[in-house]
Amino acid sequence: MKMKTLSKLALVTAVSLSFAATAQATRDTVQVAGSSTVLPFSSIAAEEFGNNFAQFKTPVVGSGGSGGGLRQFCQGVGTNTIDIANSSRAIRSAELETCKANGVNQVIEVKIGYDGIVFASRIDAGTFALEPVHVFLAQAAQVPQNGQMVANPYTRWSQIDKSLPDQAILLAIPGSNHGTREVYEEKVILDGCKTLPEVKAMPSGDQNNFCLAMRTDGRVVEIAGDYTETLARLQAQKDAVGVFGLSFYESNRDRIKVATVSDVVPTVDNIIAGTYPVSRPLFFYVKGEHIGVIPGLQQFAEYFVSEAASGEGSPLEAAGLIPLSDAERTEVLNNIRNKKAL
Amino acid sequence: MTTEVKNLKGNAATRSKVQQQVVNSLQKRHRQEKLFRGAGVAAVSISILLVVLLFVNIFSKGLPAFWQHAIKLDIYFDPAVVKIAEKPVQQAGESDNEFRQRDLEWRSAVGMINFNRLIVDGLQKVIPDANEHRRDLQRIVTSGERFAIRDLVIKDPSIIGSTQSLFLLTDANIDVWLKGNIDRSLGDAQQQLSPKVREWVESLKAQGVIQNRFSFALFMNPDSRSSLASAGLAGAFMGSLYMMLVVIVLAIPMGVAAAIYLEEFAPKNKLTDLVEVNINNLAAVPSIVFGLLGASIFIGWFNLPMSAPVVGGLVLTLMTLPTVIIATRSTLKAIPPSIRQAALGLGASKSQAVFHHVLPLAIPGILTGSIIGVAQALGESAPLLLIGMKSFVASIPSSAMEQSTALPVQIYLWQGNELRNFFEARTSAAIIVLLALMLSLNSLAIWLRKRYEVRW
Repeated sequence: MKMKTLSKLALVTAVSLSFAATAQATRDTVQVAGSSTVLPFSSIAAEEFGNNFAQFKTPVVGSGGSGGGLRQFCQGVGTNTIDIANSSRAIRSAELETCKANGVNQVIEVKIGYDGIVFASRIDAGTFALEPVHVFLAQAAQVPQNGQMVANPYTRWSQIDKSLPDQAILLAIPGSNHGTREVYEEKVILDGCKTLPEVKAMPSGDQNNFCLAMRTDGRVVEIAGDYTETLARLQAQKDAVGVFGLSFYESNRDRIKVATVSDVVPTVDNIIAGTYPVSRPLFFYVKGEHIGVIPGLQQFAEYFVSEAASGEGSPLEAAGLIPLSDAERTEVLNNIRNKKAL
Repeated sequence: MTTEVKNLKGNAATRSKVQQQVVNSLQKRHRQEKLFRGAGVAAVSISILLVVLLFVNIFSKGLPAFWQHAIKLDIYFDPAVVKIAEKPVQQAGESDNEFRQRDLEWRSAVGMINFNRLIVDGLQKVIPDANEHRRDLQRIVTSGERFAIRDLVIKDPSIIGSTQSLFLLTDANIDVWLKGNIDRSLGDAQQQLSPKVREWVESLKAQGVIQNRFSFALFMNPDSRSSLASAGLAGAFMGSLYMMLVVIVLAIPMGVAAAIYLEEFAPKNKLTDLVEVNINNLAAVPSIVFGLLGASIFIGWFNLPMSAPVVGGLVLTLMTLPTVIIATRSTLKAIPPSIRQAALGLGASKSQAVFHHVLPLAIPGILTGSIIGVAQALGESAPLLLIGMKSFVASIPSSAMEQSTALPVQIYLWQGNELRNFFEARTSAAIIVLLALMLSLNSLAIWLRKRYEVRW
């Protein structure tokens, strides 16, 4: 009798396994992954979409960084691959090639809005008025001094510039898996570095390598996790200065204070006006092959960039996304409708 | 012993050389024992202290999150705002599909109504100067509550035209302010709430319109990011439940069968030795490795959906299997051979002896081992991160194939939320829920063992 029970259990096991294996073909939930900067916006859009469209399921949003998301996205076509990759930078040509090699030929780029990157320090630490060149001098492996390149001698911000607070240099920057890192390097480090006459004198092929080389004495920390981890670093070390997204800073104004960059305070208005230098567009990429296969994919993409979800006074704007202009919005919507692939 | 020592001391003249040596070393030996006892007590007290610290920290942060501020509003379901057609009823001769289609259309139409207006109207009744600050007014009730009101209408359209007294959750930042989780002395620029809203909520709290009530939202709602105050654990809980069901259905029968075979039937040779060594090895494999395996095999090969509890359950099954096998084998080993011999002696076959006599006696031990294995699986998060279960899922899964997250992963996700002031407490509350589940599973295991254990 006990044998019977056991064999029954074995049967149940086998049946449930085979059931699991056959249930693959039907996925009716849009699957999203990628940038942790876009994640909050994407999650809110997904939730609102699920609440407003009774006929579709709420999309599922994963993280993993821009690079991680695009890698998953380019793995191929099929229900076990994701439909949308969030990215805080534009897709690279190498990534697009991988996509095409794996059969993902219709990569539709959708710009959703803008976001600022801010430098912030602890509320009880010094107030910073940074220039891009200060940040470069704080993180570089070598800096020019008296016409020569020497190993970075700066240990306090006040040594870089008298106007900066007299506190130890400790910079927490996003790791290379984050799209934010690319913008940070491009708009802060390279811009600051190339203002130096010694760098201008270098052959242009060497400039980038020189500018991006980082000191390795522990004063620059790369944060692979999300902004919460950067915040934890600031809480542990009073002197640390961290790189955050504007919306993260807005949610934690009681703990951190923001630095001006080139004397501009990072605010939504200044980013729209283009006076704050460190801002960037945010994107998501839709797999054209999945449109019409995964229910709700096209509708979700359109809803995300609609005036209702991400325009003025929308939930996404309230969460810190800087809306697209009307012209941009129309263009993006047309791209989705016409499946304009890259 | 003590009398002997006294004797030794008493008759110095009669002591031999050996006795003298013993007396001399006595003090040193006693000192060593004292030292060891002291170290032992120190070790125990340090570990107790650490556990107490951990619990005090979690409970002091997490317990307040089980209560949340809600505002009591008289919501008038104004027929001029809530204009809907009659709720569809399935008619004779109408197929299920047709009815579902009609019902869906009706629900979509209800969803188009601006339920926020009902909330704003309700707020105007309790806030005298509401009209001058309409923007501030939008920030009092958390945005998800408009869907809760919509669902009331969908459930029972007859409430249209009536006035209902409802408790609506306040915005997360209001909860933070009223609980004092933000430094109140900070300037306006550092506060999340505008001075007007702060003034309003203070006076509403004093009037008893805003109350700190037990938060059912924490247990009934799935996760939320657009309406942070309504984020709950229901989705993660159901995800964990489905995974545990998969683990129980797969790991326990397989593990027990494997253990019985290996212990009672398998011939003792090099092959079974190899199997045994490998099972022990499997128990020592770090769980994240199973996650990688799951991602490549179950998702990559078998094309199972990502983020689904069925995949999580399969991965955790791999992890639990060795625990169950090892626990079952040691229970079987502990059963006296005389039981088997007696059964065989009375003419039972080998399998009759095992299934009629040995296994029933082993069941308490097997259950204990299995429950501890399942409790371990419940608390596991690392392999789940790799199979996409750390996604944001805003719905409660209705089957093991639907995307969901799990309790330990939900803790990880909340820990990373931007609004630290609100989610620090929420995270600790989730930890308390998980700990409570684990402790109750473990006590069940202990109770079963105590209740049915047979001592030989």
